[in-house]
Amino acid sequence: MSLQSTVADRRFAVDRQGLIRRLREVLPTPALLVEEEDMRPYDCDGLTAYRQLPLIVALPEDEAQVQAILAICHELRAPVVARGAATGLSGGAMPHPDGVLVSLAKLKKILRVDPVSRTAVVEPGVRNLAVSEAAAPHGLYYAPDPSSQIACTIGGNVAENSGGVHCLKYGLTVHNVMRVRGLTIEGEVVEFGNAALDAPGYDLLALVNGSEGLLAMITEVTVRLTPKPELAQVVIASFADVGKAGDAVASIIATGIIPAGLEMMDRKAIHAVEPYVNAGYDMDAEGILLCESDGTPEEVAEEIGRMVAVLENSGASGIRVSQNESERLRFWAGRKAAFPAVGRMTPDYLCMDGTIPRKRLAEMLQAIAGLSAKYGLRCANVFHAGDGNLHPLIMYDANQPGELDRAAAFGAEILELSVRFGGTITGEHGVGIEKIMLMAEQFTEAEIAAFHRLKAAFDEHGLLNPGKGVPTLARCREYTQARGGIAPAAPRY
Amino acid sequence: MDTLIGDWIGRIAEAARSGRPLAIRGGASKAFYGGPEQGEAFDVSAYRGIVAYEPTELVVTARAGTPLVELAAALAEEGQWLAFEPPHFGPAATVGGMLAAGLSGPRRQAVGAVRDFVLGVKVLTGLGEVLSFGGQVMKNVAGYDVARLMAGSLGTLGVVLEVSLKVLPLPVAERSLRFALDEATALARLNQWGGRPLPISASAWHDGVLTLRLSGAAAAVAAAQRELAGEALGDAEGEAFWDSLREQRHSFFAGDAPLWRLSLPSATSVQALGPTLIEWGGAQRWLRGGDPMGIRAAAAKAGGHATLFRGDQALKRSVGVFQPLTAPLARIHRHLKRAFDPQGVFNAGRMYPEF
Ligand SMILES: Cc1cc2nc3c(=O)[nH]c(=O)nc-3n(C[C@H](O)[C@H](O)[C@H](O)COP(=O)(O)OP(=O)(O)OC[C@H]3O[C@@H](n4cnc5c(N)ncnc54)[C@H](O)[C@@H]3O)c2cc1C
Repeated sequence: MSLQSTVADRRFAVDRQGLIRRLREVLPTPALLVEEEDMRPYDCDGLTAYRQLPLIVALPEDEAQVQAILAICHELRAPVVARGAATGLSGGAMPHPDGVLVSLAKLKKILRVDPVSRTAVVEPGVRNLAVSEAAAPHGLYYAPDPSSQIACTIGGNVAENSGGVHCLKYGLTVHNVMRVRGLTIEGEVVEFGNAALDAPGYDLLALVNGSEGLLAMITEVTVRLTPKPELAQVVIASFADVGKAGDAVASIIATGIIPAGLEMMDRKAIHAVEPYVNAGYDMDAEGILLCESDGTPEEVAEEIGRMVAVLENSGASGIRVSQNESERLRFWAGRKAAFPAVGRMTPDYLCMDGTIPRKRLAEMLQAIAGLSAKYGLRCANVFHAGDGNLHPLIMYDANQPGELDRAAAFGAEILELSVRFGGTITGEHGVGIEKIMLMAEQFTEAEIAAFHRLKAAFDEHGLLNPGKGVPTLARCREYTQARGGIAPAAPRY
Repeated sequence: MDTLIGDWIGRIAEAARSGRPLAIRGGASKAFYGGPEQGEAFDVSAYRGIVAYEPTELVVTARAGTPLVELAAALAEEGQWLAFEPPHFGPAATVGGMLAAGLSGPRRQAVGAVRDFVLGVKVLTGLGEVLSFGGQVMKNVAGYDVARLMAGSLGTLGVVLEVSLKVLPLPVAERSLRFALDEATALARLNQWGGRPLPISASAWHDGVLTLRLSGAAAAVAAAQRELAGEALGDAEGEAFWDSLREQRHSFFAGDAPLWRLSLPSATSVQALGPTLIEWGGAQRWLRGGDPMGIRAAAAKAGGHATLFRGDQALKRSVGVFQPLTAPLARIHRHLKRAFDPQGVFNAGRMYPEF
């Protein structure tokens, strides 16, 4: 089954010419793309294996224009898909064939940086890194740092509840966003959260984080800024055995340390990265751990000492501590460039995103090695090890018949295993279209039905990003039947 | 335990049939909070016990009826705790009540609130279904974040059966410091310090005295103490002080005058609304008595909101416990209530009178 077909589970009878006419009344000419060649660049996000042209692409310049688009789409019952920088890896921003793709890229003003209350108010199209750059003169930064931070937008970050290499200590997007201003599908302004630490009523701010553009269109975000630590240092530990590296991760946490970052890369990932960025990684290692400490110089010295002791006891074959800021950044540059580095070694790759309990890292690595042999496809592993979030990068060649299907099946097996290990099919990249069928692996039909009711509480007609995130109940049954009627593997009541 | 849930499902169906709502009760330690209980008392405290606890995973899963003190004791044995310092307001406080009330203690500004530590929930909805959301891992974006939605929902969406929470290691060192400062200067200092990487884990200003707590590695606490100066409190004295705020045993909270909780942007300038106790670096401010409409208006104007935290039923009825919602938000609230409890079985009027 092709995944695009899940998007087409819901078709909408939209009169394209009529819709264009109405949108022309509220948008300047350059803000509307209707020719196929102009729309082509918008047919996919970072999950390039799946593409779909929308009916129309809209490029609004301010909230009022977004509002006008929504009101028209709501009236004409046309679906709407939001798009930030399209770095998403689950197809969340892939267009709907009957709808309008709304790019928020032109809403990119940083409206306010307030060093006293330590907040920034930004439009959704502002790039993640631009927020930290604007805050830097005040000794502040925006903590969540996805590896795509040069390109990805705050709107996309909120929609996916994105993480980064430092979220073990500093939290995910949901922990660092105070307020989201958005528009309902009707085009009404709503504010989730506020400038204080909590808001009255239900925690709708928590719901909107990670909602993949299915609940509201985000038009403004207030983020919390964090004081830059005085000092940060990173330890790189090499291991001759990935299992030992996995166990070292659990041991570090067990000693009561919460590192500022705790990442792991296996041999394939190291060999992809090192020639590409010369980060200084040990090419002889089977796996490396990057373990960061930050705080006051006294604190860092104390913590690095404890980290090194644990890593030595865990059987590390080599340990290096960054000696200055440029070395620290170089050590991290390798990790942050891991996806593009692997991209150089293969025509195509799929990035998986399961999360498992830390203690099962070693077991999972072994299982992945087995699957790699079974499917005859290479796989490099990059993990946010500290919080058990795995990014196996499955390499394939889309031009070889059947390879994409094999890669997808390989990935699905990893995610099924993640659920069986007590984890989840997605830690930070979202369900999108990529993992929509696997939702049936993690949730019961009753839970999926509850998600649909929740969605309808915001968007009665299901116009916001239809066919993403949550499968139809019919699809769930199809999935369960295809698997021999076995209900979800998650431990149930 | 299964028969227990089975019985409850029967009671829920009966309540839906008869139109008599159920008022969910754990330890009843927070019965004072929110709108008055309506309908039949529905005691859920029997569903208790720690289901799973793995210190190296930093996760604990407990049934909702588990007493908070029991959970805290189990965590303390492993050198861990609930870092958001939830208030108990009585020895019978349960894990479910903590989640439903969504209240956090003195450390909230530094580490986050209850909702920031919720990883997963199992709930019994008004349709009599047992549903699980989230899980036991730190990062999980599959499906909408219903687990966090339950925090602070005051039992209006369902009976929480089980909660998975992130736990943290206990701080290695702590030190409390005291400064004689007027309100405006204290607020200015707190916001200025907040912009620097100092290990401040709690703050409180009342009656001309600012008290700070530093927590973290011994070296970091010592360095910050040297820099900030201030008069150091003894360990026991410091601990007792923060506990008196967390549990509202401080003399400020004594007496029957209505207690208002204002949640404001931390740098909001002094609100001349009556006797004040300030926490969370300026973001949480307590008031005794005062003009309800004036308080609500001032909070809204500053970009925050005001809750009638403690007050008699007459006052609660006349001004409402929580700041009113804008029309679109009120609509989404009603729809969400309907999504989980379509027949209005649970905790009617506990959050807003409309549902
Ligand atoms: C090389 C690389 C590295 C990456 N590293 C990480 C990482 O470390 N951590 C991580 O979490 N992710 C990572 N990602 C994934 C991706 O960057 C994040 O998901 C990011 O948040 C997407 O932002 P975007 O602006 O590109 O959003 P898009 O891809 O454009 O959209 C993502 C989703 O958000 C919705 N959306 C976008 N804007 C809005 C809006 N204004 N209102 C409502 N909905 C909206 C879209 O409909 C879509 O569902 C990586 C991706 C790449 C390519």
